[in-house]
Formats: sequence, structure tokens, C-alpha cells
Amino acid sequence: MHNNSSMRTPLGHVRGLGSARSGTGHFWLQRVTAVANVILAMAFVVIVLALVGKPYDAAMALLSHPVVALLMLLFVASGLIHMRLGMQTIIEDYVHGEGTKVLAVMGNTFFTVAVGAASVLAILKIAFGG
Amino acid sequence: MADQSRPLSPHLQIYRWSWTMAMSILHRATGAALYLGTLLLAVWLISAASGKASFDAAQWVASSWLGRLVLFGYTFALIHHMMGGLRHFVWDLGHGYEAQQRMNMARLTLFISAPLTILIWIVAYVVR
Repeated sequence: MHNNSSMRTPLGHVRGLGSARSGTGHFWLQRVTAVANVILAMAFVVIVLALVGKPYDAAMALLSHPVVALLMLLFVASGLIHMRLGMQTIIEDYVHGEGTKVLAVMGNTFFTVAVGAASVLAILKIAFGG
Repeated sequence: MADQSRPLSPHLQIYRWSWTMAMSILHRATGAALYLGTLLLAVWLISAASGKASFDAAQWVASSWLGRLVLFGYTFALIHHMMGGLRHFVWDLGHGYEAQQRMNMARLTLFISAPLTILIWIVAYVVR
């Protein structure tokens, strides 16, 4: 809302980037991945249910199916992007010290990338036949 | 450096519990639980990718009573967070802001997620 009491310049309004310099990018990516997660999490639940009680060979046969591997990759990617944004919001809400906040936000990214890389590597290894 | 003495909003113990507050907190709590759950998923995937022995070990852990308890919690966290997310979609589209609507949606979040979690586990035991 632009009105006479606003402290922001017209240029600031037009750019719409806000105090975090990233505009609504965080909000929007959280929504996009949320929509993707609804579909991908349902697929994930079906895949896990299909794996219940399966011996090693049958489980590998299922997980190495291209469609299953693709759904797993997308679920991990979309889920991790979504969870990183969510955890960043939690950190920004509860961690008030500037230094610890920056470290926590950075650690959040490191955790996400590490878990993501490990998961993707494992899914691909299974998909390409171990 | 932020001024540490600036006023902050009052914390949880100040408020009377309500459905909307409980479901809001549970949405964040389940989100945080799912965050840690990705680590378990990564460990399980690596175990599966590392051969039969490690896959069997991971399956043994997952099917122990503690493993099942964690997986049941993960299932509820996933489903409840999804239902909470659908509630947020309704708000994002500009609906559901009336007091009664908020209350109904907060109740529905739990009244759908709890039975759905149990249903998934019934299916799991039937197909096993």
C-alpha cells in the first residue's frame, strides 16, 4: 500500500524487494513446492506401501523402475527445497542474535544440500543397477 | 547488531489453547519433524543402495517396534502437514477467514489426518 505515511521510496515500491532484498521469492517458492509436494508425497506413500515386506531383489526392482526413481528424485528435490525454506522461517522467528542466525541459516542450507546429495546419489545408484 | 531489549511478542504459555492455535503449532512441529525425517530417508536410501546386507539391516531396524513407532510418527507428520498445507492454500486463495470457517478447517485438519494415517497403516499391514 503506497500512501503519504509510507517510509519507502516509489522506486522501492516498484522493485518490491523488501528488507530481505528477495521480494516474494521465498513465499512463492514455498507455495510452488507445496503444490508439488502434495502430488509427490502421495506418490511416495504409494511407493513405500508397495515396498512393505518386499525382499531385497523385489525392492530393488521396484526402486530401479524409471518412473519410481523419477518420482523419488522429484519428491526429494521438492521436499528439500520446501523444508529448507520452512526451517529458515523457523530460524528467523526464534533465533534473534544476528551471528547465530546467519550461522543457523547457513547450517540449514548445508544440511539440505548434504541430505539431498546423499539421497540423489543413492536413488541414481539403485536406478542404474547398483 | 539487533537491540536485545526490544519488545517481543508474548510466548505460548500466555494464550488460552484453541484449535486454530494448536493446529498452527502442530503444522510447524510436523514440518520440523519431517525435516529430521529426511535424514532417516537418506540413511535408508543409502542402505538400500549399498547392497543386500545393509538393506536387510535397515529393514530390520525399520520393522522393529521403535522403527515402526518412528515411521508411524513420520506418516502422521507427513499427512498432517499436507492437510495443514491444503488449509493454507484455501487462505492463499482468499477464502476461509471467518471465525467459524477457521475453526472448522482447523478441526478438519486433525479429523482427516488422524484417520488417514491409520488407514495408510491398515493398508500397510494388509499388503505386507
